[in-house]
Amino acid sequence: MARWKRSSDGLPRRAFLKQGVALLGAGGLGAASVAGAEAAGPPDSPPWMKSPGAGMSEYGSPAKHEAHVKRTAIASRPGTTGSGASRTPLEALDGMITPSGLHFERHHSGVPDIDPSQHCLLIHGMVRRPLLFTVEALMRYPRVSRIHFLECAGNSGVMYNPSPPNLTAGQTHGLVSCSEWTGVPLRLLLEEADADPNAPWILAEGADAAAMSRSVPMAKAMDDALLALFQNGERLRPENGYPVRLFLPGYEGNMNVKWLRRIKVSSTPTMTKDETSRYTDLQGDGKALMFTYPMEVKSLITRPSPGIGLSGPGLYEISGIAWSGNGSIARVEVSTDGGKTWGAAARATPVLPRAITLFRMPWKWDGRPTVLKSRATDDTGAVQQERDRFIAEHGANAIFHYNAIHAWAVQANGEVKHVYA
Amino acid sequence: MSTRDLAWVLVSLVVGGCAGTTTVETPNLGQPVTAAQIAGWDISVPPDGVGLPPGRGTAAQGAPVYEAKCQACHGTKGAGQPNDRLVGGHGTLASQAPVRTVGSYWPYATTVFDYVRRAMPYQQPQSLTDNEVYAVVAYLLQLNGIIGETDEMNAQTLPKVKMPNRDNFILAYPTKPPAR
Repeated sequence: MARWKRSSDGLPRRAFLKQGVALLGAGGLGAASVAGAEAAGPPDSPPWMKSPGAGMSEYGSPAKHEAHVKRTAIASRPGTTGSGASRTPLEALDGMITPSGLHFERHHSGVPDIDPSQHCLLIHGMVRRPLLFTVEALMRYPRVSRIHFLECAGNSGVMYNPSPPNLTAGQTHGLVSCSEWTGVPLRLLLEEADADPNAPWILAEGADAAAMSRSVPMAKAMDDALLALFQNGERLRPENGYPVRLFLPGYEGNMNVKWLRRIKVSSTPTMTKDETSRYTDLQGDGKALMFTYPMEVKSLITRPSPGIGLSGPGLYEISGIAWSGNGSIARVEVSTDGGKTWGAAARATPVLPRAITLFRMPWKWDGRPTVLKSRATDDTGAVQQERDRFIAEHGANAIFHYNAIHAWAVQANGEVKHVYA
Repeated sequence: MSTRDLAWVLVSLVVGGCAGTTTVETPNLGQPVTAAQIAGWDISVPPDGVGLPPGRGTAAQGAPVYEAKCQACHGTKGAGQPNDRLVGGHGTLASQAPVRTVGSYWPYATTVFDYVRRAMPYQQPQSLTDNEVYAVVAYLLQLNGIIGETDEMNAQTLPKVKMPNRDNFILAYPTKPPAR
């Protein structure tokens, strides 16, 4: 298989070149005396085999050579440090689970420093028994675990721009991550409070400095809503809502209220700032869609992508991620000719509802410029459409819920650029 | 009877202590809470205005509050910069460059009260008095030409304010959103 060429920071590329030269040396093809010493290939053993390695650690970290894999495109509002977003470096990862430390962030007034012994959850409103739950109490309730993606409604919003942003996969699409979430079904607590069965809404409010709040349909709250306490096996990270967050599988990220402190059962939506002035999708005709909850079917090729180019003709594996807030990924198709023809990519198992599904397809690059695309279909039959059609339908000012087909141009030199094609 | 109604019958049976349901048993650790405790936390205000506190304010009273607490981030008279513009933009929503402000976009005046009270000013949320919040909201509504300079905003008048863009939102829930 041909070699990937990472050009974003130079480091991985140098490593690859060294390794490549070392392999050449091993094959007896000259230049071995120069390269061999540097790369510690056979017949010599590498230095880390000649003395004992480091000891144990209380909490592990990524390899130091992977220190460049970080959340990206971190931006905050003027005059603030904690109101903004950071993005998952999708192109550097390969797996359905996002490492917790690389899960995207979106905060509206920073990450609160919450002492769990001082935090509690109030359930009130149209309930017969208003109740207060300590975190310690919540930890005693029956739990369930589920693997689900979480995606900010504004993910890929830069794709509404009139020209391609020419950013990395993570910088454009990195407001999606996927974790195993473990916690208490919200239904159990609503039942304990004896919530009015005819109340159609709840309000969820966080304990951050914005007291971020969203209305959620009672039907969702009673269906699969979770009070998440654990993420990927450990307690929630502060930036993901420690000690407890609301998790609504498939629904836009903003509704998954972090640092959850209050649930009010109500007869109407509260019409909070974040469900009126934000997270409503302004269409081309000046009307705005409100309560667009599930994140629509979407996919993205993460390899190759900008910064992870090709190093000459040969066989490569195209791979990427697909997800849908409405169900499971039924099919991912990949085009290597700009959308003229499509072939089915293999979906990696497990394929779970409302979770990231990996896809892979081998591809022999002939060295000529072309355009790569992926197109996902979910099990409701919804399929991604081309960007020009999507924009024609929704206008270019919706900011949120962008889910059109993404195109990468492979240039003759193997570099990958974002294009509208 | 719908499936959901049926589910609630099952729930009430469990609450009533009947055996034989499939509902998960829980430790019942929720603690009773008083009305006074709830009142301290219940800061949300829906469009019907239920939950609005006593107090009042006019645009004239709100101007100095705005200048002292809001202007550094939102500009003179809500013109924006460095942060969100709050005033103007009327008639721009269907254009190439829509300007979404309190006046041009926000559908409910109660939302302005709710948000300012819970989250503003950014560096000192929940520091304004209820009178100050009413006054600042009145000032923003007046700058947007929605109310007059001497119109008093209070728990009765605020929910009655009709925002200009109120009828331009299409509910995607509970109806199915357009295919994408």
